[in-house]
Amino acid sequence: MRLLSYAQAIREAHAQLLESDPRVFVIGQGLYSPWYAGSSLLDIDKDYGRDRVIDSPVSENATTGAAVGAAIVGMRPIVFHPRMDFMLLAVDPIVNQAANWSYLFDGKINVPVVIRSVINRGGEQGAQHSQALQAMFMHIPGLKVVMPSTPYDAKGLLIAAVNDGNPVMYIDDRWLYEETGEVPEEMYQVPIGSAQIMREGADVSIVATSYMVSHAMTAAVQLEDQGIQAEIINLRSIKPWDKETVLASVQKTGRLVIADAAWATGGIAAEIGMTISSALFSELKSPVQRVTLPDAPAPIATAHEEIYYPDATNIVNAVKNLLN
Amino acid sequence: MTDAQQSEHSPLDLDLKISMYTSMVLIRQSEEAIADLVESKEIKTPCHLYIGQEAIAVGVCAALNTDDYIWGAHRSHGHYLAKGGNLNQMMAEIFGRKTGCAGGRGGSMHLCAPEVGIPGTVPLVAATIPLATGSGMASKLRKDGRISVPFFGDGATEEGHFHESINMAALYNLPVIFVCENNMYASHLQLLERRPADNLQKIGDLYEIPGLRIDGNDVIAVYEATRTAVERAKKGEGPSFLECRTYRWLGHVGHDRNLDVGVKRRDELEEWLPKDPVARLRLQLIEAGVDASEIERIDQGLQADIETALAFARNSPNPKNDSLLDHVFSSNEGIS
Repeated sequence: MRLLSYAQAIREAHAQLLESDPRVFVIGQGLYSPWYAGSSLLDIDKDYGRDRVIDSPVSENATTGAAVGAAIVGMRPIVFHPRMDFMLLAVDPIVNQAANWSYLFDGKINVPVVIRSVINRGGEQGAQHSQALQAMFMHIPGLKVVMPSTPYDAKGLLIAAVNDGNPVMYIDDRWLYEETGEVPEEMYQVPIGSAQIMREGADVSIVATSYMVSHAMTAAVQLEDQGIQAEIINLRSIKPWDKETVLASVQKTGRLVIADAAWATGGIAAEIGMTISSALFSELKSPVQRVTLPDAPAPIATAHEEIYYPDATNIVNAVKNLLN
Repeated sequence: MTDAQQSEHSPLDLDLKISMYTSMVLIRQSEEAIADLVESKEIKTPCHLYIGQEAIAVGVCAALNTDDYIWGAHRSHGHYLAKGGNLNQMMAEIFGRKTGCAGGRGGSMHLCAPEVGIPGTVPLVAATIPLATGSGMASKLRKDGRISVPFFGDGATEEGHFHESINMAALYNLPVIFVCENNMYASHLQLLERRPADNLQKIGDLYEIPGLRIDGNDVIAVYEATRTAVERAKKGEGPSFLECRTYRWLGHVGHDRNLDVGVKRRDELEEWLPKDPVARLRLQLIEAGVDASEIERIDQGLQADIETALAFARNSPNPKNDSLLDHVFSSNEGIS
């Protein structure tokens, strides 16, 4: 099958959505500049016109609110935030408005908006250019949250998000933009709420999000050398998350590590760990472990960055702790 | 910016005036009935009443089509009724009943009637201004010719997203009419305690769009200014900003006049009560030859409608317990 990079897969999803559905438009900052969007939107305005691909004023709240308002009246907008940190200026339309609208109005009106936000960290960018805030948004009823970790997911989850009919936050990661993988040419959807078993194993289940999936795959190879068979689950969808797949895996292995490169407190790992501990208490062979960021803002210095961001080594160590 | 035109010389059709009068009295009487329910504690949902401001909702909506969009805020019973929202369903919503326009999930601050162009009202100050900008963007992309109107108070102009939205609407020539109801108060704080000058209409200058100061208690002036703004929007020339000056007779929330907010408010109210927009239009109708008995008939007919609506609300079922978690997510298609 054809190989595409993660960024190319995102671009292809946009192109096919714009091509096939006149309700789709894209708005946000940096759409005309690879500086903001990498190659994930390269020249898309040239192909689909600047009426539908709108590089906006510096107005996170108004662009997001406009996307939400347009969705309420039947459009299928994608609003783009090239850095998740800046999206915090738009929390009202996301949390108070989009996420509540269906419930508030008794299901009469839905909000098919996609809020695309990018995690763009490392490179000594520091505390306000590096944040991974998926847990904040996972907390909100009425909002779905997805995090593609492969080029295949990147395309299929964006198409699923636009077609979902509910507000979906789509969080992609600049660290993955050059990763390549097989991507079908046709339009397809990765169902929201479905995890993917990337590798089967009998000794430990490792649930990973976003770029931690590739570190988990690296860790699995290292663990295999030591005679430990890890099952790797690419979570893909944060809210709703695939309880069935994770439960079945942990029932088989009896051990669980969750790897999510965001803060530990109140995070995805805490939620999954609580759910699994509660459901499978008597079947767990050891306590659930998590691999996350420390509860501190992102540092600047490269030396600090190297110890701040978890990688395969942290996952291997977590598994070893759990087996001892 | 210009001062609004005087309405005395306006050659408006008498039927339209009677229709606007009917709508204003419906709002006035409904709000009075709701105030009684708040006072007697029969309803609990916070109600922000619109008495004194009726001419704005009615004047604006009379210049719109049914499929044009209006977006409201916390004080939006009047907007809902003026645009043609169903009275029974509004009352049932305020009672938190299943038959309410939002199924008993929204209460007074969350009304909707998508069938007549009301996608929703919400109490987060200024929150529907960007949403209305978005429905305007949708109309421009679809070329559907619809107008979008966010109604908001003077306090909303102090929020950042108001400025973000009006800039974007002006930049993209969106068919949006920003209707600011300047009732001089944001909750308990008077305008000049919140901004250095009483100069809201100047906002138009900054964004290179019409900024009009209108007597918001003159329904015909409001109607005509809206008509002009609608024509401009339909020609693709972009948004307008209307500052409709009025006064909130009651407190920020509830049935009380809140005269204890300050000596000033008592004085202000004495000044504004004689400018009653309903009484002004009634007088104009009589001067135009409408028989007083005809006006009396309208008033009494509406009172009967309100009694019917209250009975409908009281007799409606509560939402069922097993519906508590319904519609957190929707499988509906969007309205169009």
